[in-house]
Amino acid sequence: MTAYLDNSATTRCFDEIREFMCEIMDKHYGNPSSMHMAGVEAEKYIRYAKDIFAGILKVKPKEILFTSGGTESDNLALIGCARACRRTGKHIITTKIEHPAVLEPCKYLEDEGFEVTYLDVDGSGRVRPDDLKEALRDDTILVSVMYVNNEIGSLQPIAGLGRIIKEHNRDTLFHVDAVQGFGKVRISPVREHIDLLSVSGHKIHGPKGVGLLYVGDKVKIKPIMFGGGQQKGLRSGTENVPGIAGMARAAELLYDGFEAKTDRMYGLKSYFTDELGRLEGVSINGLADDIRETAPHIISASVEGIRAEVMLHALEDKGVYVSSGSACSSNKPAISETLKAIGVKKELLDSTIRFSMSVETTKEEIDLALSGMRELLPVLRKFKRH
Amino acid sequence: MNYTSFLIKYAEIAIKGKNRYMFEDALVRQINFALKKVQGEFSVGKTQGRVNIECLSDYDYDEVVSALSCVFGITGICPVVHVEDEGFDRLAEDVIKYIDEEYPDKNRTFKVNCRRARKNYPMDSQEVNMEMGSRILDAWPEMKVDVHDPDILLTIEIRDDKIYIYSKIIPGPGGMPVGTGGKAMLLLSGGIDSPVAGYMIAKRGVKLEAVYFHAPPYTSERAKQKVVDLARYISKYAGSIRLHVINFTDIQLEIYEKCPHDELTIIMRRYMMRIAEHLAKENGCLSLVTGESLGQVASQTMQSLAATNEVCTMPVFRPLIGFDKNEIIKISEKIDTYETSILPYEDCCTIFVAKHPVTKPNVNIIKRSETNLSETIDELFSKAVETDEVIVVS
Repeated sequence: MTAYLDNSATTRCFDEIREFMCEIMDKHYGNPSSMHMAGVEAEKYIRYAKDIFAGILKVKPKEILFTSGGTESDNLALIGCARACRRTGKHIITTKIEHPAVLEPCKYLEDEGFEVTYLDVDGSGRVRPDDLKEALRDDTILVSVMYVNNEIGSLQPIAGLGRIIKEHNRDTLFHVDAVQGFGKVRISPVREHIDLLSVSGHKIHGPKGVGLLYVGDKVKIKPIMFGGGQQKGLRSGTENVPGIAGMARAAELLYDGFEAKTDRMYGLKSYFTDELGRLEGVSINGLADDIRETAPHIISASVEGIRAEVMLHALEDKGVYVSSGSACSSNKPAISETLKAIGVKKELLDSTIRFSMSVETTKEEIDLALSGMRELLPVLRKFKRH
Repeated sequence: MNYTSFLIKYAEIAIKGKNRYMFEDALVRQINFALKKVQGEFSVGKTQGRVNIECLSDYDYDEVVSALSCVFGITGICPVVHVEDEGFDRLAEDVIKYIDEEYPDKNRTFKVNCRRARKNYPMDSQEVNMEMGSRILDAWPEMKVDVHDPDILLTIEIRDDKIYIYSKIIPGPGGMPVGTGGKAMLLLSGGIDSPVAGYMIAKRGVKLEAVYFHAPPYTSERAKQKVVDLARYISKYAGSIRLHVINFTDIQLEIYEKCPHDELTIIMRRYMMRIAEHLAKENGCLSLVTGESLGQVASQTMQSLAATNEVCTMPVFRPLIGFDKNEIIKISEKIDTYETSILPYEDCCTIFVAKHPVTKPNVNIIKRSETNLSETIDELFSKAVETDEVIVVS
C-alpha cells in the first residue's frame, strides 16, 4: 500500500478525464479558430469549459481566460494589469508568503519602476486586515493575495480584504492566486470583490499544462504574449482544447457534492493533526483556532532533530509520499520564506514537511503515514548531523 | 567546404615501438565507437602510419569534429579535400579555390608542403612547392611566403589514386586511446572532482569502472540519478562504464553509533576504499581513482589521505592532487559535468559530517576506533557488497 500525500504538488488525473481527453484528441482535434465543422466541434469544448467555470464561480463565461497553468495566470494578472494601469499609479501590494509565480513577477515589476509592498502575516499565516488598510495608497493599482498558502494551508480572509480594497478605491484591482484554493473552498469573485483569479488544472485532478485566469469584464489588462489574437487578443496561441475540457470536467466533478467532500477532508485533517501533534517533538504549523479557518488539505509539520529531506526519503521507503516545505521550492533547498514569515523557529526551518490530501485521500493512507512517523522518529533521531 | 576525409594525427602512440599496432588498433576502435553516434557512413583505416577517416556519405561537419574531439589519442584532426589528378594546371586551380573558400582574409603568410607517395608524378616535390607557391602569389598578391613560420601550412599529398589537399589542424584532446592502459575503479561521488578525476585517468588510455555509495534514505534517488548522469558524461570520453551502486547506509550508521564523531569521515572513507578495492579486484581493475586534491577539505589533508590510503594495497591514483578548485572547475565545465555536479542533492560524504572533523588523524588511533566495529563489520561489509547494482552507462 502507498499513501500519496503530496496533492499540493500535483494530483492524480481522474480516470474519466483521461478517457474524455483521449476522445477529444482522437475525434475532435480541430483548431477552435478554424471555420469548418472540425473547428466548430473543438470550439464547443471551449464553450463547455467556460460555462462550467462560469457556473462554479458565478461569473460570466466571457470572463474566463484559459492559460498554460497557474504560473502563466499569475504572470498575466500581475504584469498585464501593472502595464495597463501604469499611468494611474505604480504601487502594488502583495504578501511575503506568496508563491514564486507571484513574487517573481513582482520583482520583475520592481525593476520596471513599480513599487511593491510585501505584507507580513500573523502566526497562523494570515494577513492582518489592518496592515492592508495601512498599506493602501492613492497610487495603489493592484493587490495580490493568495487564497490558500501552498506550504502551510492558511486561508486568507479574502472577502474582508476585498472589501477593504474597494472601500479605499474602487479602481484598485484585486488579484487572488487560487491555485491551492480552487476545488477546496467555494469561491465567488463577485461577492469577494475579486477582479482576477488564477486556477491550475493539475491541482484539481485535471491535466498538467492548463490553467485559467478569471478576468472581470471591467478590468484593465494588457496581453503579455503576442500572436494570433486568440481569446480576444489577451492570450494568443491555439487553445489547448483537450486540456481545457479535461480541467473543466475535473472542476465539475469536484464541485459535485462539494460540501460532503470538504467535510470529509476536514474530518481527516482534524484526525491527522491531532495524532501528529501527539508525537514527541512534532509541531503543526499554521493552525487556527477553528480548523475551518484553514484549508482542508494541507498540513505542515516540523519534526525536531530530523532533516526534512531525510524524513521524506524515509517515509518514501514506507510508501508515503510527502514533500519538504513546498515542492516548487524544494529542488533548490532555500529556506522557506513562508515558514520564516509565520515565525517557525530557526532550527525547525529545515525540518518541516508537508502532507497534502485530496478528495481521494483515505483514512488508511493517513494511518499509514502516522504509523510510518511513529516508527521512524526514534530511529532517525538517533542519527543526526552535528 | 566539403571535406571528403579526415586525417588523424597522433603523437605519443608513434613512439611506442613494437606495441605500436596495439595502440593504433585501439585508436581505430575508439574512433569507430565515437562515430557510431554520428549520422553518416564512415570508414576508418590505418595507412602509412596514419589513421584516415573516409566519409562515405553526407555528414554534419561539426558533429564529426565534436565526436572526434572526445577520442583520446588524437592530437589533431585535419579535414581533407580530395581531387582527381587531371594535370598540374587543374590542381593549381583547385588549390586556389580551396584557399579562397578556407581563408576569406588573404592577408596571411603560407608555405606549400608537397608529399609524393606516387613517385612517378611528373614534377618532384620541390618543383610542386615552388610552382604552386608562385601560382598562389599570382592569384593573391597580398599573400606572402614564409617557409619558417607560416600562418598556413598547405599540404598537397600526391597519392596513387587521388591528390589530397589540407591545411587546417583542429586540436584533439591528446592522451592515449582508451583500452591501452588497463582498467581502474573510480570512486564517483556526485561532486565536481571525481568526474574530472575519471576523465583525467581515461585520458591516459585507461578504461573505467565506477563505484557510487548510496545511502538511502539519507541520499535520494535523484542523487543516484545524478551520478548515473555524470558517468554518462565521462563515458563520452572513456567509452562505456560499468557503474556499481553500493548501499552504504548500514555501515555508515554503524560507524556513527560506535566511533568518535570527529573521526566519522575518515573511517567511512576507509570503508569506501576497502569496498572499492574489493570490487576492483573482482572486476579486473588494477588501481583505484579518486578526485582528492591535497588540503581541499579535512579528509584530504596529507595525514587524512595517508590514513585512508593505508587500507589498500592497490595503487590509488589521485590525478587532481595538485589542482586548485578553480582549475578543476574549468575542466568540469569543458567536459560538461559541472552543471550536473552542482545540483544540490546530498551525497553520502556530507550527511553525517561532524562540525569539527579531525584534520590530522593518527592512523593508530583510527585503527583503535575501528576495533569498536569488529563484531559487526564483516557481516555488514559482505552485505554491502552483495547490494552491488551494476548500471552500464554509455
